[in-house]
Amino acid sequence: MIHLQHVDLIYSSTDGTDVHALEGIDLQVAENEFLVIVGPSGCGKSTLLKLIVGLLRPTRGAVMYRGRAVEDTIQEVGMVYQSPVLLPWRSVLNNVLLPIEILRRDAKVYAEEAAKLLEMAGLAAFAHKTPRELSGGMQQRVALCRALITDPPLLLMDEPFAALDALTRDEMGQELLRLWEEHRKTVVFVTHSIPEAVLLGDRVVVMSPRPGRIVRDIPIDLPRPRTTPKQLGPAYTEYVEGIREIIYSFKRERDAAPAA
Amino acid sequence: MRPRRLRVFAARYGQPLLTLAAMGAVWHLATAVFAVPAWLLPSPRAVGEALYGFRQLLPQHLWVTLVETVAGFLLSILVGVPLAILIVWSPVLQRSIYPIILAAQSIPKVALAPLFLVWIGYGMSSKILVVVSVAFFPIVVDTVTGLTAVEPDLLDMVRVLRASTLQTFVKIRLPASLPYFFSGTKVAVTLAVIGSVIGEFVGADRGLGYLIQVSGSQLRTDLVFGVLAILSLMGMVLFVVVEWLQRLLCPWSVGH
Repeated sequence: MIHLQHVDLIYSSTDGTDVHALEGIDLQVAENEFLVIVGPSGCGKSTLLKLIVGLLRPTRGAVMYRGRAVEDTIQEVGMVYQSPVLLPWRSVLNNVLLPIEILRRDAKVYAEEAAKLLEMAGLAAFAHKTPRELSGGMQQRVALCRALITDPPLLLMDEPFAALDALTRDEMGQELLRLWEEHRKTVVFVTHSIPEAVLLGDRVVVMSPRPGRIVRDIPIDLPRPRTTPKQLGPAYTEYVEGIREIIYSFKRERDAAPAA
Repeated sequence: MRPRRLRVFAARYGQPLLTLAAMGAVWHLATAVFAVPAWLLPSPRAVGEALYGFRQLLPQHLWVTLVETVAGFLLSILVGVPLAILIVWSPVLQRSIYPIILAAQSIPKVALAPLFLVWIGYGMSSKILVVVSVAFFPIVVDTVTGLTAVEPDLLDMVRVLRASTLQTFVKIRLPASLPYFFSGTKVAVTLAVIGSVIGEFVGADRGLGYLIQVSGSQLRTDLVFGVLAILSLMGMVLFVVVEWLQRLLCPWSVGH
């Protein structure tokens, strides 16, 4: 579904120096695949998402979406960020309907769909509250409903649970899995958390610090539906430890390198 | 007032009101004990009496200053908000005009008042212009800040949906800027009162600022204090009105 070929991305920063954000990225994501990207801060994970969705152009290489080069932004995508970025002056329901308004579709038709999504997220009783009245986890669920309102085939999630407390985070991960089992979509999910990556992903892609490169592409061969790490047993722990080892090896390399 | 509401009122305003009363008492005692001459520091009672003695003339002066203040303040919004929108909308204006506006903030506006007097005369309009010259800046600067302070992720999200510039403005930037607009407006309304008084100081034949100047030159210190109290009261009322409007128009920005 998504195909990045030899993608380099170089920013010209304001002081005139070039920043190599991404280098030689080759990545394919299949339809309905759950791909997780992990890597240290500043490895260009968010930049990669912006490339996929057409907000950024690669300096070199090509970005393909369903066999065609991405020229404008791809509209048929849901986006979820670390912060829920809801509009505080709108009710929960009207926040979910924002994409519909922007696409100039009939909000009345989608109101029912929105209600269904909120119901599924356990927020039916909060449809007419404002985001301020909701907890962080609930706000993030609203953001997920907003991303799903157009029923897009692709969902891009940029550290969506990073700002939540550990308990809510686990719960949200499990809910996302449940949702994904019911409505299969292609998901590209960026995270710092290795256990989260292994629990969620069909594949985990490990990126190196800047310039961001893909250093390992690991298929996660664990049975689905997955619920908790406990259910998955020692194989799960092995994956987690393996990926942690890869990431720590960057750290050791960097620490060993003489200070510039 | 019901007992519960009375309690809430007392909890919120009781202590500052008591402090104010205590300060008044100290003031009164000081003038009595040290026999301070009235032209230097009149007693609170003398101030009250002076105001009462002037009750026939006060309303018309109050009215003049109020009109100058409110007209100048509204004009600042009328000019400031569209200008802020233009500055955010057009990169050319942002680069060409906005730095000048920021720099112009440092002009001492008091010094402009005599110029306005020369240019447009003795009447109310020169005072209104002084008000605009002080009240306009916080409105423009804060509205610009508000219009540009939208979270980048949110803007990315609507850009992916190919939202038009107008949609982004109407649905996101404008409402998001309201709390900033109001904080600028609250500063502006306080400055507006100062502006009208300065305008009257420089040259006027009515208004509360004019009254202060005339009373001062005649050593009617009691009246100076009285008018000062009325001016601060006017400023407070205007501030409360703006705050009430904020609660009405963007309740999400007010503490919960």
